[in-house]
Amino acid sequence: MNEIQHGSSDPIGAVDGHDVVSGKPIVPLGHHELRRADIDPKAAIRAERQVATMFSLSSLMIVSSIVAFIKVPNDTLVILPLFGPVNANHITVGSLLGLGIFLIGTGAIHWAKKLMPDVEVTEERHAFASSAEDKAAFGQAIRDGKAASGVGERKIIRRSLLGALALFPLPLVVFLRDLGPMPNKRLRETIWDKDIQILTDATYRPIRPEDIPIGGLVNALPANLLKIEEEDGNLNERGKASIILIRMAPADIVSQQGEGWDYQGILAYSKICTHVGCPISLYQQRTHHLLCPCHQSTFDLADSGNVVFGPAARRMPQLPITVNAQGYLVAASGFKEPIGPSFWERG
Amino acid sequence: MSTNKAIDTVAGGKAGVVGNYLDDRLHGASGVKKLLNKVFPDHWSFMLGEIALYSFIILLLSGTYLTLWFKPSMTEVVYNGSYMPLKGVKMSEAYASTLDISFDVRAGLLMRQIHHWAALFFVAAVSVHLLRVFFTGAFRKPREINWVIGTLLLVLAILEGFAGYSLPDDLLSGTGLRIAEGIVQAIPLLGTYVAMFLFGGEFPGNDFISRLYSIHILLVPGILLALVSAHLIIVFYQKHTQFPGAGRTESNVVGYRLYPIYMAKAGGFFFIVFGVTTLIAALVTINPIWLYGPYTPSQVTAGSQPDWYIGWLDGAVRLTPNWETNLLGHTISWNLLIPALIIPGIMFTALGVYPWIEAWVTGDKREHHLLDRPRNAPTRTGLGVMAISFYLMLWISGGNDIIATAFSLSINEITWSLRVLLFVVPPLSFVITKRACLGLQRRDRDKLLHGYETGRVLRLPHGEYIEVHAPVSDEERAVLLGKNDVAPLQLGSATDANGVANPKGKSGARRAKLSEWFYGDNVPVPSAAELEEAAHHLAHASHSEITSH
Ligand code: HEM
Ligand code: FES
Repeated sequence: MNEIQHGSSDPIGAVDGHDVVSGKPIVPLGHHELRRADIDPKAAIRAERQVATMFSLSSLMIVSSIVAFIKVPNDTLVILPLFGPVNANHITVGSLLGLGIFLIGTGAIHWAKKLMPDVEVTEERHAFASSAEDKAAFGQAIRDGKAASGVGERKIIRRSLLGALALFPLPLVVFLRDLGPMPNKRLRETIWDKDIQILTDATYRPIRPEDIPIGGLVNALPANLLKIEEEDGNLNERGKASIILIRMAPADIVSQQGEGWDYQGILAYSKICTHVGCPISLYQQRTHHLLCPCHQSTFDLADSGNVVFGPAARRMPQLPITVNAQGYLVAASGFKEPIGPSFWERG
Repeated sequence: MSTNKAIDTVAGGKAGVVGNYLDDRLHGASGVKKLLNKVFPDHWSFMLGEIALYSFIILLLSGTYLTLWFKPSMTEVVYNGSYMPLKGVKMSEAYASTLDISFDVRAGLLMRQIHHWAALFFVAAVSVHLLRVFFTGAFRKPREINWVIGTLLLVLAILEGFAGYSLPDDLLSGTGLRIAEGIVQAIPLLGTYVAMFLFGGEFPGNDFISRLYSIHILLVPGILLALVSAHLIIVFYQKHTQFPGAGRTESNVVGYRLYPIYMAKAGGFFFIVFGVTTLIAALVTINPIWLYGPYTPSQVTAGSQPDWYIGWLDGAVRLTPNWETNLLGHTISWNLLIPALIIPGIMFTALGVYPWIEAWVTGDKREHHLLDRPRNAPTRTGLGVMAISFYLMLWISGGNDIIATAFSLSINEITWSLRVLLFVVPPLSFVITKRACLGLQRRDRDKLLHGYETGRVLRLPHGEYIEVHAPVSDEERAVLLGKNDVAPLQLGSATDANGVANPKGKSGARRAKLSEWFYGDNVPVPSAAELEEAAHHLAHASHSEITSH
């Protein structure tokens, strides 16, 4: 203990029972207390039995879990108090295996605590920094190598090498180009257009104005969606073209995004939140507010879909609608502004 | 190197034969002996890092199992498995295969649940372990590098968890991805390009799940494994820190040897963590994706919550007001950039560089192997509690809708209150914590000088009543003496107490001020002389107690 570590700017250690840095007294390690099992052979045997019992029980549980895996049906639900209905196979296999594994752990720790020697030992630390000679030798080795390579004087070699090394990762980045298409106008357009029929989301049926009572809400899609989804094999257009139709007493409409964009109090709004794109369908009839479940942005559908609360910065885009010759609701045009979340180029 | 086995035996028995064989080829005997004899200090809080490590191993095991059945594909299929409510429904192969794992592969559900619970424990253990390291000052020289590795591990663990959560392609995970994609779009200049390249076009596209899959099972776990290994090697090499106590100094480690005690304890603890995770997985359902249904971009469920470690980000996104500016025809979505990129960026950077900030402020350039008790670094502890309270306010904000429903309050009121609290609670926590720490320091100093109050009251000959004080035990004395006092940097003197050159000029003055703020009201450990004097006094007091009986 009475030694100071050298070779570092940080002296650590003790002299005469005092810390070299702070000068505070150091309290020596207390004497070690014997455990029951250290003095009483019977206690030791008891501890030994306990450990062995845990290990044996563990084996039993683990084998049982395999038996349960084979024997307990995987398609039967058992109703457990507190846990509700659970798959019989899942819960028996899992509980047995879990207990089996757990017992290995408790056995090992019990063994260590009761029977293995519990005398604390002291190991010296050594300062981290190398000795001054080692540091100097290391610095010299670096300088020698640098001098031998001539990288210092031979500027042309150095610069051309740096150039090549800087370029080398470039292709690896460029080759990622085909990960996806350029954005182009994709985020600005949806498949809505003049005269495209509006279908219900769940059943793909055309909708007559009379189908929507005042205060009602219908989730809807464009009629051309199914065919396009078939061709594209993805849900991209659904993610942009989903709308909601709501009907309110025409007198309740304070404003809308274009004159006559409603049809007899039926308004069509994008369903995709302008914040980060969650689809919205929580609608409060009384206030005409539309609430996004993701971050609670709230839009007033009686007042041009303007934001009344929450983190969304933009109003919900409105889709102009009318009815066709057969009396079904159709779009009067596509959306007049990009739907969904903002992006740099949106303006 | 040995030629004569009869002479150069490592040990007797079969183990000896194997050991001999290996040593002849790898020359490990002396190194491995050192390793086996290595001493580890014992403290419950040192097990937090172990829980993190074991959860990671459990994740590797259970995750590998899942890869055998999981199909990372967005191709549309019609479900025909044994979960009745979804029979005949169109969904992605990823979702269908997750249903199969849950209902048709025996023990598949168990593995899924073990994997998910282990992921939750993993991030939790990493976080609490980080707090332990912070509040005890274990990040100080020479352990700053491991602190940075730890910060990286936390970031990667969160990303890895989010990636895994997104793989099954159920309604909840798809909604999370949609939000992530919206945030990527908000990045100035590059956002739309990055989003298109990540998703192979618009959201959700056809490619993302399979791309995410290789990130989740190969790229991130690979980096995690490398960093975890480096982390552990450094811990081994630098030796573990220890709390102050009898026999413990800056220049030693007191504890148990790796072999056999520590191995038995740590190994046993691995099985305990694994066993408990398995039991919880068997009994408590997590992420019942079959209830959510397959992802479709036109549907969402209300009141849905992400995994716990994403909550604070979600909360930040909810709290930020709807700021958006238009710059020459370009949109800057502050409402997303601030909560999702700027705040986390600042938080993780501050976390990573904290050891250097503190060392600069305090001018303390010494090595530290004895830990600080949190009270003994009141400013640091205050800052830590302040950061925790900031995090908690964000985390609570992630459930603002749930709080609103539970207490029938309006979501507007809740959100506004939280916006205010986010700026009020953290500074308040700092002040309260710092004061509490200083109070504890004063009590500790008193204990050293005057002993502890025994609760026995004594009547002195002249009629006065006093409470008898007794000297603290050796162990406690060692703990109290182990406090590390650092004097604030002084302006004007050539060097500070630690021999560090004093900074000059204006920045020097500012630094001295910061240092004063950090250490100024420290209650120092009594000097050796004071202790001597007090010991004398205390002995005298107990002596008079005996004679008065
Ligand atoms: C260290 C970190 C890891 C974390 C935090 C993590 C987290 C997650 C989470 C939260 C899930 C969703 C599980 C669900 O509820 O269905 C998941 C799924 C999955 N993970 Fe991991 N994971 C990790 C490592 C791994 C590794 C190393 C592998 C493979 C070698 C893997 C393979 C999988 C697979 C195949 C799935 C999808 C299957 C399913 O969800 O049923 N994971 N992961
Ligand atoms: S996505 Fe609607 S509020 Fe965030």
